Amino acid sequence: MPESTRSLTLTVDGAPIAVSPETTVAAAVLMAGKATRTSTSGEPRGPLCGMGICFECRVSINGVPHQRSCQILCQTGMHVSTAVAEFSAPAGNRRT
Amino acid sequence: MMRDHFDIAVVGAGPAGMAAAVTAAAAGLHVGLIDDNPAPGGQIWRNGAHLPRTAQRWLARLNHSSVVRMQGWRVFDSPEPSLLCAEQNSGTTGDGAQIRAEFSFDKLILATGARERFLPFSGWTLPNVFGAGGLDALVRGGLPIAGKRVVVAGTGPLLVAVVAHLARRGARIAAVCEQASASQLARFAAHLFSEPAKLWQGAGYAAAMLPVRLRTGCWPVAAHGSDHLQAVTLRQGAKQWRVDCDYLACGFHLVPNIELPALFGCRIQNGFVAVNDWLETSVTGVYCAGEPTGIGGVELSLIEGEIAALAALGETARARKLARRRRGKRAFVHALAQACALNSELRTMASDDTIVCRCEDVRAGDLRTRANWRDAKLHTRCGMGPCQGRICGAATEFLFGWRDTSVRPPIFPAQVSSLASPDTPIDNLVAAGPSSRNAKEPK
Repeated sequence: MPESTRSLTLTVDGAPIAVSPETTVAAAVLMAGKATRTSTSGEPRGPLCGMGICFECRVSINGVPHQRSCQILCQTGMHVSTAVAEFSAPAGNRRT
Repeated sequence: MMRDHFDIAVVGAGPAGMAAAVTAAAAGLHVGLIDDNPAPGGQIWRNGAHLPRTAQRWLARLNHSSVVRMQGWRVFDSPEPSLLCAEQNSGTTGDGAQIRAEFSFDKLILATGARERFLPFSGWTLPNVFGAGGLDALVRGGLPIAGKRVVVAGTGPLLVAVVAHLARRGARIAAVCEQASASQLARFAAHLFSEPAKLWQGAGYAAAMLPVRLRTGCWPVAAHGSDHLQAVTLRQGAKQWRVDCDYLACGFHLVPNIELPALFGCRIQNGFVAVNDWLETSVTGVYCAGEPTGIGGVELSLIEGEIAALAALGETARARKLARRRRGKRAFVHALAQACALNSELRTMASDDTIVCRCEDVRAGDLRTRANWRDAKLHTRCGMGPCQGRICGAATEFLFGWRDTSVRPPIFPAQVSSLASPDTPIDNLVAAGPSSRNAKEPK
Protein backbone atom coordinates (compact mmCIF):
# COMPACT_ATOMS: atom_id res chain seq x y z
CA MET A 1 0.00 0.00 0.00
CA PRO A 2 1.49 3.37 -0.94
CA GLU A 3 2.54 5.48 2.03
CA SER A 4 0.32 8.37 0.91
CA THR A 5 -2.89 6.41 1.48
CA ARG A 6 -1.94 5.66 5.09
CA SER A 7 -3.41 8.30 7.29
CA LEU A 8 -4.25 6.75 10.66
CA THR A 9 -1.78 5.84 13.38
CA LEU A 10 -2.67 3.59 16.28
CA THR A 11 -0.68 1.33 18.58
CA VAL A 12 -0.83 -2.46 18.81
CA ASP A 13 0.72 -3.65 22.07
CA GLY A 14 2.54 -0.33 22.31
CA ALA A 15 4.06 -0.37 18.82
CA PRO A 16 2.78 2.32 16.45
CA ILE A 17 1.31 1.20 13.12
CA ALA A 18 0.00 3.29 10.22
CA VAL A 19 -3.06 2.09 8.33
CA SER A 20 -5.39 3.49 5.70
CA PRO A 21 -8.87 4.71 6.63
CA GLU A 22 -11.60 2.04 6.83
CA THR A 23 -9.10 -0.54 8.12
CA THR A 24 -10.48 -2.84 10.79
CA VAL A 25 -8.60 -3.34 14.05
CA ALA A 26 -8.32 -7.06 13.21
CA ALA A 27 -6.48 -6.23 9.97
CA ALA A 28 -4.15 -3.87 11.88
CA VAL A 29 -3.37 -6.57 14.46
CA LEU A 30 -2.57 -9.06 11.66
CA MET A 31 -0.42 -6.43 9.91
CA ALA A 32 1.46 -6.02 13.20
CA GLY A 33 2.16 -9.78 13.12
CA LYS A 34 0.26 -10.41 16.32
CA ALA A 35 -2.18 -13.07 17.45
CA THR A 36 -5.25 -11.68 19.18
CA ARG A 37 -5.74 -13.87 22.23
CA THR A 38 -4.54 -16.93 24.12
CA SER A 39 -7.00 -19.82 24.35
CA THR A 40 -7.97 -21.53 27.61
CA SER A 41 -5.35 -24.23 26.98
CA GLY A 42 -2.66 -21.72 26.03
CA GLU A 43 -2.80 -21.66 22.22
CA PRO A 44 -2.32 -18.39 20.33
CA ARG A 45 -5.42 -17.49 18.31
CA GLY A 46 -6.17 -15.06 15.54
CA PRO A 47 -9.31 -13.94 13.70
CA LEU A 48 -11.35 -16.72 12.07
CA CYS A 49 -14.73 -15.57 10.75
CA GLY A 50 -13.98 -11.90 10.03
CA MET A 51 -17.62 -10.97 10.63
CA GLY A 52 -18.18 -10.68 14.36
CA ILE A 53 -19.42 -14.21 15.04
CA CYS A 54 -16.53 -16.29 16.42
CA PHE A 55 -15.04 -13.92 19.04
CA GLU A 56 -11.52 -15.24 18.32
CA CYS A 57 -10.37 -11.74 17.36
CA ARG A 58 -11.26 -10.10 20.62
CA VAL A 59 -8.72 -7.59 21.99
CA SER A 60 -8.67 -4.69 24.41
CA ILE A 61 -9.25 -1.31 22.81
CA ASN A 62 -8.40 1.77 24.84
CA GLY A 63 -8.57 -0.38 27.95
CA VAL A 64 -11.99 -1.89 27.23
CA PRO A 65 -11.54 -5.68 27.07
CA HIS A 66 -13.21 -8.29 24.82
CA GLN A 67 -13.85 -6.10 21.78
CA ARG A 68 -14.32 -7.89 18.47
CA SER A 69 -11.52 -6.33 16.43
CA CYS A 70 -13.02 -7.37 13.07
CA GLN A 71 -16.12 -5.24 13.62
CA ILE A 72 -14.35 -2.06 14.72
CA LEU A 73 -12.55 0.41 12.48
CA CYS A 74 -9.16 1.87 13.40
CA GLN A 75 -9.03 5.40 14.71
CA THR A 76 -6.02 7.63 15.20
CA GLY A 77 -4.70 7.37 18.74
CA MET A 78 -6.38 4.05 19.45
CA HIS A 79 -4.48 1.74 21.81
CA VAL A 80 -5.01 -1.92 21.05
CA SER A 81 -3.70 -4.67 23.28
CA THR A 82 -3.77 -8.35 22.50
CA ALA A 83 -3.72 -11.06 25.13
CA VAL A 84 -0.61 -12.53 23.51
CA ALA A 85 2.64 -10.79 24.39
CA GLU A 86 4.62 -12.44 21.58
CA PHE A 87 3.41 -14.09 18.38
CA SER A 88 4.74 -17.35 19.78
CA ALA A 89 3.24 -20.18 21.78
CA PRO A 90 4.79 -21.91 24.78
CA ALA A 91 6.86 -24.89 23.65
CA GLY A 92 4.33 -27.29 25.16
CA ASN A 93 1.65 -26.18 22.71
CA ARG A 94 3.67 -26.39 19.54
CA ARG A 95 2.00 -28.31 16.77
CA THR A 96 3.50 -29.80 13.69
CA MET B 1 -29.38 5.20 27.12
CA MET B 2 -30.76 5.83 23.64
CA ARG B 3 -34.40 5.10 22.82
CA ASP B 4 -36.38 5.26 19.61
CA HIS B 5 -39.65 3.93 18.27
CA PHE B 6 -39.78 2.70 14.68
CA ASP B 7 -42.86 1.90 12.62
CA ILE B 8 -40.68 -0.83 11.15
CA ALA B 9 -37.42 -2.04 12.66
CA VAL B 10 -35.09 -4.01 10.40
CA VAL B 11 -32.23 -6.04 11.87
CA GLY B 12 -29.35 -6.66 9.47
CA ALA B 13 -28.15 -4.33 6.69
CA GLY B 14 -27.19 -6.89 4.06
CA PRO B 15 -29.07 -7.08 0.74
CA ALA B 16 -32.34 -8.30 2.31
CA GLY B 17 -32.30 -5.76 5.15
CA MET B 18 -31.37 -2.86 2.88
CA ALA B 19 -34.12 -3.75 0.40
CA ALA B 20 -36.64 -4.04 3.23
CA ALA B 21 -35.64 -0.76 4.90
CA VAL B 22 -35.52 1.27 1.68
CA THR B 23 -38.87 -0.11 0.51
CA ALA B 24 -40.57 0.61 3.83
CA ALA B 25 -39.07 4.10 4.13
CA ALA B 26 -40.26 4.95 0.60
CA ALA B 27 -43.81 4.56 1.92
CA GLY B 28 -43.14 7.35 4.42
CA LEU B 29 -42.69 5.19 7.51
CA HIS B 30 -40.16 5.78 10.28
CA VAL B 31 -37.74 2.91 9.67
CA GLY B 32 -34.72 1.88 11.73
CA LEU B 33 -31.98 -0.34 10.30
CA ILE B 34 -29.85 -1.91 13.02
CA ASP B 35 -26.64 -3.67 12.02
CA ASP B 36 -23.61 -5.14 13.76
CA ASN B 37 -21.10 -4.17 11.06
CA PRO B 38 -19.25 -0.86 10.63
CA ALA B 39 -20.97 -0.23 7.27
CA PRO B 40 -24.10 -1.42 5.45
CA GLY B 41 -23.92 -4.10 2.73
CA GLY B 42 -23.75 -7.23 4.86
CA GLN B 43 -20.93 -9.70 4.28
CA ILE B 44 -21.43 -10.10 0.53
CA TRP B 45 -21.14 -6.34 -0.05
CA ARG B 46 -18.76 -5.65 2.80
CA ASN B 47 -16.64 -2.53 2.75
CA GLY B 48 -16.98 -0.45 -0.29
CA ALA B 49 -14.40 -0.86 -3.02
CA HIS B 50 -15.06 -2.85 -6.22
CA LEU B 51 -18.71 -3.54 -5.44
CA PRO B 52 -21.01 -4.74 -8.23
CA ARG B 53 -23.42 -2.22 -9.74
CA THR B 54 -26.42 -3.75 -7.95
CA ALA B 55 -24.70 -3.13 -4.63
CA GLN B 56 -23.83 0.46 -5.51
CA ARG B 57 -27.44 1.08 -6.56
CA TRP B 58 -28.89 -0.23 -3.29
CA LEU B 59 -26.32 1.59 -1.16
CA ALA B 60 -27.17 4.80 -2.99
CA ARG B 61 -30.88 4.22 -2.41
CA LEU B 62 -30.18 3.68 1.29
CA ASN B 63 -28.08 6.87 1.45
CA HIS B 64 -30.89 8.88 -0.11
CA SER B 65 -33.61 7.36 2.07
CA SER B 66 -34.99 8.49 5.41
CA VAL B 67 -33.92 5.21 7.04
CA VAL B 68 -32.35 5.71 10.48
CA ARG B 69 -29.10 3.78 10.17
CA MET B 70 -27.68 2.22 13.30
CA GLN B 71 -24.37 0.73 12.13
CA GLY B 72 -22.11 -0.92 14.69
CA TRP B 73 -24.99 -1.94 16.98
CA ARG B 74 -25.60 -5.55 17.92
CA VAL B 75 -28.99 -6.69 19.15
CA PHE B 76 -28.56 -8.88 22.23
CA ASP B 77 -32.02 -9.20 23.70
CA SER B 78 -35.73 -8.67 23.36
CA PRO B 79 -37.10 -8.45 26.89
CA GLU B 80 -40.59 -7.64 25.55
CA PRO B 81 -42.25 -8.77 22.29
CA SER B 82 -42.03 -5.29 20.71
CA LEU B 83 -38.65 -4.26 22.01
CA LEU B 84 -35.03 -4.75 20.94
CA CYS B 85 -32.04 -4.12 23.19
CA ALA B 86 -28.80 -3.29 21.43
CA GLU B 87 -25.28 -2.36 22.42
CA GLN B 88 -22.93 -0.23 20.38
CA ASN B 89 -19.65 -1.86 19.46
CA SER B 90 -16.97 -0.18 21.48
CA GLY B 91 -14.43 1.86 19.62
CA THR B 92 -17.01 3.30 17.27
CA THR B 93 -17.65 5.91 19.94
CA GLY B 94 -14.00 6.93 20.18
CA ASP B 95 -13.91 6.96 23.96
CA GLY B 96 -14.53 3.26 24.34
CA ALA B 97 -17.79 3.74 26.20
CA GLN B 98 -20.47 1.08 25.87
CA ILE B 99 -23.71 2.61 24.77
CA ARG B 100 -27.03 0.83 25.11
CA ALA B 101 -30.20 1.44 23.17
CA GLU B 102 -33.78 0.25 23.27
CA PHE B 103 -35.78 0.23 20.06
CA SER B 104 -39.50 -0.40 20.14
CA PHE B 105 -41.38 -1.14 16.93
CA ASP B 106 -44.76 -1.92 15.39
CA LYS B 107 -43.42 -4.41 12.85
CA LEU B 108 -40.08 -6.19 12.76
CA ILE B 109 -38.12 -7.53 9.78
CA LEU B 110 -35.27 -9.89 10.65
CA ALA B 111 -32.57 -10.05 7.98
CA THR B 112 -29.80 -11.51 10.06
CA GLY B 113 -27.94 -13.24 7.22
CA ALA B 114 -25.69 -16.25 7.42
CA ARG B 115 -22.28 -17.26 8.67
CA GLU B 116 -19.78 -19.81 7.40
CA ARG B 117 -19.81 -23.41 8.52
CA PHE B 118 -16.43 -24.43 9.92
CA LEU B 119 -15.32 -28.03 10.24
CA PRO B 120 -12.52 -28.94 12.63
CA PHE B 121 -9.26 -30.57 11.51
CA SER B 122 -5.80 -30.75 13.03
CA GLY B 123 -4.30 -27.26 13.28
CA TRP B 124 -7.44 -25.32 12.27
CA THR B 125 -7.07 -23.20 15.41
CA LEU B 126 -3.67 -21.82 14.28
CA PRO B 127 -3.48 -18.08 13.62
CA ASN B 128 -3.77 -17.37 9.85
CA VAL B 129 -6.31 -20.14 9.30
CA PHE B 130 -9.47 -18.21 8.40
CA GLY B 131 -12.88 -18.81 6.97
CA ALA B 132 -13.04 -18.35 3.20
CA GLY B 133 -15.43 -15.44 3.61
CA GLY B 134 -13.44 -14.67 6.75
CA LEU B 135 -10.20 -13.93 4.88
CA ASP B 136 -12.19 -12.09 2.22
CA ALA B 137 -13.76 -9.87 4.90
CA LEU B 138 -10.37 -9.17 6.50
CA VAL B 139 -8.92 -8.18 3.11
CA ARG B 140 -11.92 -5.89 2.54
CA GLY B 141 -11.08 -4.56 6.01
CA GLY B 142 -7.60 -3.50 4.91
CA LEU B 143 -5.43 -6.63 5.31
CA PRO B 144 -2.76 -6.57 2.54
CA ILE B 145 -2.91 -9.77 0.48
CA ALA B 146 -0.59 -9.05 -2.47
CA GLY B 147 2.14 -11.68 -2.75
CA LYS B 148 0.68 -13.87 0.01
CA ARG B 149 0.42 -17.61 -0.71
CA VAL B 150 -3.18 -18.61 -0.08
CA VAL B 151 -4.90 -22.00 -0.05
CA VAL B 152 -8.68 -21.74 -0.46
CA ALA B 153 -10.70 -24.76 0.62
CA GLY B 154 -14.13 -25.93 1.74
CA THR B 155 -17.29 -25.92 -0.32
CA GLY B 156 -19.71 -23.65 -2.14
CA PRO B 157 -19.72 -20.87 -4.73
CA LEU B 158 -18.25 -18.54 -2.12
CA LEU B 159 -14.86 -20.23 -2.58
CA VAL B 160 -14.67 -19.26 -6.24
CA ALA B 161 -15.79 -15.71 -5.50
CA VAL B 162 -13.12 -15.43 -2.81
CA VAL B 163 -10.40 -16.77 -5.11
CA ALA B 164 -11.39 -14.31 -7.85
CA HIS B 165 -11.31 -11.39 -5.40
CA LEU B 166 -8.03 -12.32 -3.70
CA ALA B 167 -6.30 -13.04 -7.03
CA ARG B 168 -7.42 -9.63 -8.32
CA ARG B 169 -5.75 -8.12 -5.25
CA GLY B 170 -2.47 -9.90 -6.04
CA ALA B 171 -2.66 -12.98 -3.83
CA ARG B 172 -0.72 -16.05 -5.01
CA ILE B 173 -3.36 -18.77 -4.98
CA ALA B 174 -1.53 -21.99 -4.08
CA ALA B 175 -4.54 -24.33 -4.33
CA VAL B 176 -8.35 -24.29 -4.55
CA CYS B 177 -10.02 -27.33 -3.01
CA GLU B 178 -13.75 -28.06 -3.23
CA GLN B 179 -15.01 -30.99 -1.16
CA ALA B 180 -17.91 -31.67 -3.51
CA SER B 181 -17.37 -34.24 -6.24
CA ALA B 182 -17.06 -33.31 -9.90
CA SER B 183 -20.44 -34.92 -10.65
CA GLN B 184 -22.09 -32.98 -7.79
CA LEU B 185 -20.79 -29.74 -9.30
CA ALA B 186 -21.79 -30.77 -12.83
CA ARG B 187 -25.40 -31.23 -11.70
CA PHE B 188 -25.29 -27.79 -10.11
CA ALA B 189 -23.78 -26.22 -13.23
CA ALA B 190 -26.61 -27.76 -15.28
CA HIS B 191 -29.09 -26.10 -12.96
CA LEU B 192 -27.31 -22.76 -13.35
CA PHE B 193 -27.68 -22.89 -17.11
CA SER B 194 -31.41 -23.30 -16.65
CA GLU B 195 -31.45 -19.95 -14.81
CA PRO B 196 -30.36 -16.45 -15.75
CA ALA B 197 -27.68 -17.08 -13.10
CA LYS B 198 -27.03 -13.40 -12.54
CA LEU B 199 -26.17 -14.35 -9.01
CA TRP B 200 -22.80 -15.65 -10.02
CA GLN B 201 -21.86 -12.98 -12.55
CA GLY B 202 -21.14 -10.49 -9.80
CA ALA B 203 -19.16 -13.07 -7.90
CA GLY B 204 -17.05 -13.86 -10.94
CA TYR B 205 -18.29 -17.42 -10.93
CA ALA B 206 -16.51 -18.86 -13.93
CA ALA B 207 -14.05 -21.66 -13.33
CA ALA B 208 -12.20 -20.64 -16.47
CA MET B 209 -11.27 -17.37 -14.77
CA LEU B 210 -9.56 -19.10 -11.86
CA PRO B 211 -5.79 -18.66 -11.64
CA VAL B 212 -5.39 -22.33 -10.70
CA ARG B 213 -7.40 -25.49 -11.33
CA LEU B 214 -10.22 -26.17 -8.90
CA ARG B 215 -9.69 -29.59 -7.36
CA THR B 216 -12.91 -31.44 -6.60
CA GLY B 217 -13.34 -34.07 -3.90
CA CYS B 218 -10.41 -32.41 -2.13
CA TRP B 219 -10.08 -31.00 1.39
CA PRO B 220 -7.50 -30.09 4.05
CA VAL B 221 -6.61 -32.75 6.62
CA ALA B 222 -4.10 -30.75 8.65
CA ALA B 223 -2.74 -27.24 9.06
CA HIS B 224 0.88 -27.03 10.20
CA GLY B 225 2.87 -24.45 12.12
CA SER B 226 4.11 -23.78 15.64
CA ASP B 227 2.58 -20.41 16.46
CA HIS B 228 1.08 -19.57 13.08
CA LEU B 229 0.23 -21.34 9.85
CA GLN B 230 3.09 -22.46 7.60
CA ALA B 231 1.67 -25.29 5.49
CA VAL B 232 -1.44 -27.34 4.81
CA THR B 233 -1.82 -31.04 4.03
CA LEU B 234 -4.49 -31.65 1.40
CA ARG B 235 -6.19 -34.91 0.47
CA GLN B 236 -7.84 -35.89 -2.80
CA GLY B 237 -8.91 -39.52 -2.98
CA ALA B 238 -5.96 -41.65 -1.95
CA LYS B 239 -3.51 -38.83 -2.65
CA GLN B 240 -2.19 -36.63 0.16
CA TRP B 241 0.35 -33.81 -0.16
CA ARG B 242 1.68 -30.74 1.63
CA VAL B 243 1.45 -27.16 0.38
CA ASP B 244 3.41 -24.29 1.94
CA CYS B 245 1.25 -21.20 2.44
CA ASP B 246 0.80 -18.00 4.42
CA TYR B 247 -2.98 -18.17 4.76
CA LEU B 248 -5.63 -20.89 4.63
CA ALA B 249 -9.13 -19.68 3.79
CA CYS B 250 -11.49 -22.53 4.60
CA GLY B 251 -15.27 -22.52 4.90
CA PHE B 252 -17.89 -25.18 4.27
CA HIS B 253 -20.80 -23.21 2.82
CA LEU B 254 -23.14 -21.17 5.00
CA VAL B 255 -25.45 -21.63 7.96
CA PRO B 256 -28.21 -19.12 8.77
CA ASN B 257 -28.09 -16.76 11.74
CA ILE B 258 -31.33 -17.83 13.41
CA GLU B 259 -30.55 -16.87 17.02
CA LEU B 260 -32.60 -13.64 16.97
CA PRO B 261 -35.61 -15.17 15.16
CA ALA B 262 -35.47 -18.08 17.64
CA LEU B 263 -35.38 -15.60 20.55
CA PHE B 264 -38.59 -14.07 19.19
CA GLY B 265 -40.12 -17.54 19.18
CA CYS B 266 -40.28 -17.82 15.38
CA ARG B 267 -40.80 -21.40 14.29
CA ILE B 268 -37.60 -23.01 13.00
CA GLN B 269 -37.93 -25.77 10.40
CA ASN B 270 -34.94 -27.90 9.36
CA GLY B 271 -32.60 -25.23 10.71
CA PHE B 272 -34.21 -22.33 8.85
CA VAL B 273 -36.85 -19.77 9.81
CA ALA B 274 -40.28 -20.89 8.61
CA VAL B 275 -42.12 -18.15 6.66
CA ASN B 276 -45.24 -17.89 4.52
CA ASP B 277 -45.42 -16.38 1.00
CA TRP B 278 -45.30 -12.90 2.57
CA LEU B 279 -42.20 -13.73 4.60
CA GLU B 280 -44.16 -13.53 7.83
CA THR B 281 -42.87 -15.88 10.50
CA SER B 282 -45.01 -17.86 12.94
CA VAL B 283 -45.01 -14.73 15.12
CA THR B 284 -47.51 -12.11 13.96
CA GLY B 285 -45.82 -8.89 12.83
CA VAL B 286 -42.37 -10.45 12.70
CA TYR B 287 -41.00 -11.06 9.18
CA CYS B 288 -37.82 -12.76 8.08
CA ALA B 289 -35.98 -12.23 4.80
CA GLY B 290 -32.81 -13.45 3.15
CA GLU B 291 -30.50 -16.32 4.07
CA PRO B 292 -32.26 -17.30 7.36
CA THR B 293 -35.21 -18.55 5.26
CA GLY B 294 -32.91 -20.61 2.98
CA ILE B 295 -29.43 -19.99 1.55
CA GLY B 296 -30.19 -18.51 -1.87
CA GLY B 297 -27.81 -15.60 -2.48
CA VAL B 298 -28.14 -11.91 -3.23
CA GLU B 299 -30.90 -11.87 -5.84
CA LEU B 300 -33.32 -13.88 -3.72
CA SER B 301 -32.42 -11.86 -0.61
CA LEU B 302 -33.25 -8.57 -2.36
CA ILE B 303 -36.63 -9.94 -3.49
CA GLU B 304 -37.40 -11.27 -0.02
CA GLY B 305 -36.48 -7.96 1.61
CA GLU B 306 -38.89 -6.12 -0.68
CA ILE B 307 -41.67 -8.66 -0.13
CA ALA B 308 -41.28 -8.49 3.65
CA ALA B 309 -41.46 -4.69 3.62
CA LEU B 310 -44.50 -4.60 1.31
CA ALA B 311 -46.23 -7.24 3.43
CA ALA B 312 -45.48 -5.27 6.60
CA LEU B 313 -46.95 -2.20 4.87
CA GLY B 314 -50.06 -4.19 3.95
CA GLU B 315 -49.38 -3.77 0.22
CA THR B 316 -50.06 -7.36 -0.70
CA ALA B 317 -51.03 -6.53 -4.30
CA ARG B 318 -47.53 -5.20 -4.99
CA ALA B 319 -45.99 -8.05 -3.04
CA ARG B 320 -47.88 -10.69 -5.03
CA LYS B 321 -45.85 -10.25 -8.22
CA LEU B 322 -42.59 -10.46 -6.27
CA ALA B 323 -43.85 -13.51 -4.39
CA ARG B 324 -44.29 -15.27 -7.76
CA ARG B 325 -40.71 -14.40 -8.70
CA ARG B 326 -39.53 -15.65 -5.34
CA ARG B 327 -41.22 -19.01 -5.77
CA GLY B 328 -39.36 -19.44 -9.07
CA LYS B 329 -36.04 -18.69 -7.43
CA ARG B 330 -36.56 -21.04 -4.51
CA ALA B 331 -35.60 -24.03 -6.67
CA PHE B 332 -32.11 -22.59 -6.60
CA VAL B 333 -31.98 -22.87 -2.78
CA HIS B 334 -32.46 -26.61 -3.07
CA ALA B 335 -29.95 -26.99 -5.92
CA LEU B 336 -27.34 -25.04 -3.97
CA ALA B 337 -27.84 -27.15 -0.84
CA GLN B 338 -27.39 -30.30 -2.96
CA ALA B 339 -24.24 -28.92 -4.56
CA CYS B 340 -22.76 -28.15 -1.14
CA ALA B 341 -23.88 -31.37 0.56
CA LEU B 342 -20.97 -32.52 2.70
CA ASN B 343 -19.10 -35.72 1.96
CA SER B 344 -19.42 -37.93 5.07
CA GLU B 345 -15.67 -38.60 4.88
CA LEU B 346 -15.12 -35.04 6.13
CA ARG B 347 -16.03 -36.34 9.59
CA THR B 348 -12.66 -38.07 9.70
CA MET B 349 -10.85 -34.71 9.47
CA ALA B 350 -11.25 -34.38 13.26
CA SER B 351 -9.26 -36.84 15.37
CA ASP B 352 -9.80 -37.24 19.12
CA ASP B 353 -7.37 -34.46 20.06
CA THR B 354 -8.73 -31.96 17.51
CA ILE B 355 -10.32 -28.93 19.16
CA VAL B 356 -13.99 -28.58 18.18
CA CYS B 357 -15.14 -25.78 20.52
CA ARG B 358 -12.55 -23.02 20.11
CA CYS B 359 -13.92 -20.84 22.92
CA GLU B 360 -13.50 -23.53 25.59
CA ASP B 361 -10.88 -25.76 23.88
CA VAL B 362 -13.09 -28.84 23.94
CA ARG B 363 -11.70 -31.68 21.83
CA ALA B 364 -13.53 -34.16 19.62
CA GLY B 365 -12.56 -37.07 21.90
CA ASP B 366 -14.33 -35.39 24.84
CA LEU B 367 -17.50 -35.00 22.77
CA ARG B 368 -17.84 -38.40 21.09
CA THR B 369 -19.15 -40.01 24.29
CA ARG B 370 -21.83 -37.35 24.83
CA ALA B 371 -25.48 -38.07 24.04
CA ASN B 372 -26.47 -34.70 22.64
CA TRP B 373 -25.67 -30.98 22.52
CA ARG B 374 -27.12 -30.29 25.95
CA ASP B 375 -25.21 -33.18 27.51
CA ALA B 376 -22.03 -31.91 25.86
CA LYS B 377 -22.62 -28.38 27.16
CA LEU B 378 -23.20 -29.54 30.71
CA HIS B 379 -20.22 -31.89 30.86
CA THR B 380 -17.60 -30.27 28.66
CA ARG B 381 -18.57 -26.57 28.37
CA CYS B 382 -18.76 -27.08 24.58
CA GLY B 383 -20.66 -24.11 23.14
CA MET B 384 -20.62 -22.21 26.45
CA GLY B 385 -18.03 -19.61 25.43
CA PRO B 386 -18.53 -16.12 23.99
CA CYS B 387 -19.61 -17.34 20.52
CA GLN B 388 -22.38 -19.31 22.25
CA GLY B 389 -21.97 -22.30 19.97
CA ARG B 390 -22.26 -20.33 16.73
CA ILE B 391 -19.06 -21.96 15.44
CA CYS B 392 -18.99 -25.40 17.10
CA GLY B 393 -22.77 -25.89 16.86
CA ALA B 394 -22.68 -26.32 13.08
CA ALA B 395 -19.60 -28.55 13.42
CA THR B 396 -21.16 -30.85 16.04
CA GLU B 397 -24.35 -31.04 13.98
CA PHE B 398 -22.29 -32.49 11.12
CA LEU B 399 -19.96 -34.60 13.27
CA PHE B 400 -22.47 -36.04 15.73
CA GLY B 401 -25.91 -35.18 14.33
CA TRP B 402 -26.74 -32.83 17.22
CA ARG B 403 -29.18 -30.03 16.54
CA ASP B 404 -30.49 -27.64 19.14
CA THR B 405 -31.96 -24.30 18.22
CA SER B 406 -32.86 -23.19 21.72
CA VAL B 407 -31.50 -19.78 22.66
CA ARG B 408 -31.26 -17.75 25.83
CA PRO B 409 -30.73 -14.03 26.09
CA PRO B 410 -28.39 -12.27 25.87
CA ILE B 411 -27.80 -13.81 22.43
CA PHE B 412 -24.47 -11.95 22.26
CA PRO B 413 -22.20 -11.26 25.22
CA ALA B 414 -23.20 -7.89 26.66
CA GLN B 415 -21.85 -5.66 29.41
CA VAL B 416 -23.53 -6.03 32.80
CA SER B 417 -24.34 -2.33 32.60
CA SER B 418 -26.29 -3.05 29.40
CA LEU B 419 -28.25 -5.92 30.89
CA ALA B 420 -29.28 -3.67 33.77
CA SER B 421 -31.20 -0.72 32.38
CA PRO B 422 -31.13 2.34 34.66
CA ASP B 423 -34.75 1.72 35.64
CA THR B 424 -34.25 -1.97 36.41
CA PRO B 425 -33.42 -2.63 40.05
CA ILE B 426 -30.53 -5.09 40.09
CA ASP B 427 -32.52 -7.47 42.35
CA ASN B 428 -35.12 -7.94 39.59
CA LEU B 429 -32.39 -8.91 37.15
CA VAL B 430 -31.01 -11.53 39.46
CA ALA B 431 -34.48 -12.87 40.23
CA ALA B 432 -35.49 -13.01 36.56
CA GLY B 433 -32.19 -14.47 35.47
CA PRO B 434 -31.00 -14.13 31.93
CA SER B 435 -34.08 -15.76 30.46
CA SER B 436 -36.64 -13.24 31.65
CA ARG B 437 -38.34 -13.72 28.25
CA ASN B 438 -39.34 -17.25 29.20
CA ALA B 439 -41.53 -15.89 31.95
CA LYS B 440 -43.84 -14.50 29.27
CA GLU B 441 -44.23 -17.71 27.31
CA PRO B 442 -47.88 -18.74 26.86
CA LYS B 443 -49.37 -19.80 30.16
